[in-house]
Amino acid sequence: MVRLVDVCKTYDNGTRALKGVSLRIDDGEFVFLVGPSGSGKSTIIKLLTGEIRPSEGRVHVNGYSIGTLRARDVPFLRRTLGVIFQDFRLVEKKSVYENVAFAMRVVGASPREIRMRVPYVLDLVGLSHKARRRPYELSGGEQQRVAIARALINNPKVIIADEPTGNLDPARSLEIMTLLERINALGTTVLAVTHEKELVNRFAKRVVAIDGGRIISDRTGGYYQYEAVRN
Amino acid sequence: MKRYETSYFFREGIRGIFLHGFMSFAAIGVIVACLLIMGSFSLLAYNLNELIGDIQNSSEIYVFVDESLSDAEARSVGTRINQLDNVDISTFVSRDEALSQFGERLDGAYSALIEGLESDNPLRHRYVVRLIDAAQMAETAAQLQTVPGVDQVNARVDITENILLVRGVVNTVSLALIVVLLAVSVFIISNTVKLATFDRREEIAIMRVVGATKRFIRWPFVIEGFLLGLTGAVAAFFLQWSLYSSLSRRVTEGLKNIAFVQMAPFDEILPGVLLVFLLVGFLVGMGGSLLTIRRFMKV
Repeated sequence: MVRLVDVCKTYDNGTRALKGVSLRIDDGEFVFLVGPSGSGKSTIIKLLTGEIRPSEGRVHVNGYSIGTLRARDVPFLRRTLGVIFQDFRLVEKKSVYENVAFAMRVVGASPREIRMRVPYVLDLVGLSHKARRRPYELSGGEQQRVAIARALINNPKVIIADEPTGNLDPARSLEIMTLLERINALGTTVLAVTHEKELVNRFAKRVVAIDGGRIISDRTGGYYQYEAVRN
Repeated sequence: MKRYETSYFFREGIRGIFLHGFMSFAAIGVIVACLLIMGSFSLLAYNLNELIGDIQNSSEIYVFVDESLSDAEARSVGTRINQLDNVDISTFVSRDEALSQFGERLDGAYSALIEGLESDNPLRHRYVVRLIDAAQMAETAAQLQTVPGVDQVNARVDITENILLVRGVVNTVSLALIVVLLAVSVFIISNTVKLATFDRREEIAIMRVVGATKRFIRWPFVIEGFLLGLTGAVAAFFLQWSLYSSLSRRVTEGLKNIAFVQMAPFDEILPGVLLVFLLVGFLVGMGGSLLTIRRFMKV
């Protein structure tokens, strides 16, 4: 579960990125976080992944309190999360299989566990047949599916997708979002940050809109709700 | 640490070495050069210290007793001499013994020179004084001069002081070189590992995102530095061995007439040299990588 209570964040340079944000995402939910550039979306993601601390208020993620989290516990918080980036962030020198296995290895999984789990997750994202390929041999959509497989490999409670379709064409974007919806249906909470109006409108999910560091809308029913509030 | 984790760290460490082959080669080369220079100076200092020790052991002061004293009085002066702090042992040599020793030193034709001197011995009673610390020879000589019954003191203060000065210079230069070369080695290893971490910065960023602990990220780089240090140390040890043995042979052959100038056999110092080289290689390798990784982890 993700919970933000009256969260404010002021950076060292004086920028006030969040101004009293409260948000609750229950287990198993699928939530779109929308808003213009500089609205505070990235700050929320950084808070959830333990990269930064709140200036005021409380942030709880999967039982971890971010404000009081010790530096040595940050890796353990991150093991409960799966993060997907717009630019995929795959290791070019490793094969698809190794890119996914690598994420298991770094959390101390045994070779046997890796051999059992990686083929299952690659099958889930439809890339079993490309396990030996290198990332540069794949299309953008396929690369993002590798990134999703990597995010899923350690069985996280929450998937955080930061503009996961930003580098993809509409057909591939739909494919990725459908995959995330399938993962959500298996019980994983999904928080997807996106700009793509069409895509958000296509899925009837909860949409949290943020602007100027404040949540301005939190409703189910597409992007238009956010625009209605803005206008 | 689990077995498969250890093997993973070593695999990654070795991969890092080959990934930056040239830089790794340069790092090993610099460690070898630094250890060789360091080792050569240390061994020079060691041999010089041994030599000085031998010379020190044989540094003696001759204390001549006042001629007006009787034999019994001359022998009693030794009690006062032995009471001085820096005196290790003093041996009384009577004028007759001195003459006979002098005769023994003169061979063949020259032995005739002392004939007839037995009845009119020009030599004096004396004490041969061996010191505890040759560095204090001048002070002790001055103290001996004040002992009642002592007429004259002969001490080779100038020679001893010169030898001690050479030893001091060699020790200081060796120490300075060791410090400078250690710093250079750490810097080079640190740069090699910095290059490795820079090359793998994206991989490290991903590791952190998926929940790798700092320990897990750090180990492959530490092992890389450790292996570089170890390889350099082992190579430097064998080179030092061959260099020292060859030099020792030349010195032994070239200076065979000077009995006290002998280099210590390498077998005698082998365990010490090996231990120091391995320790320095280990410290420089691990230190260099930890220094870089620590800085890198803060970013």
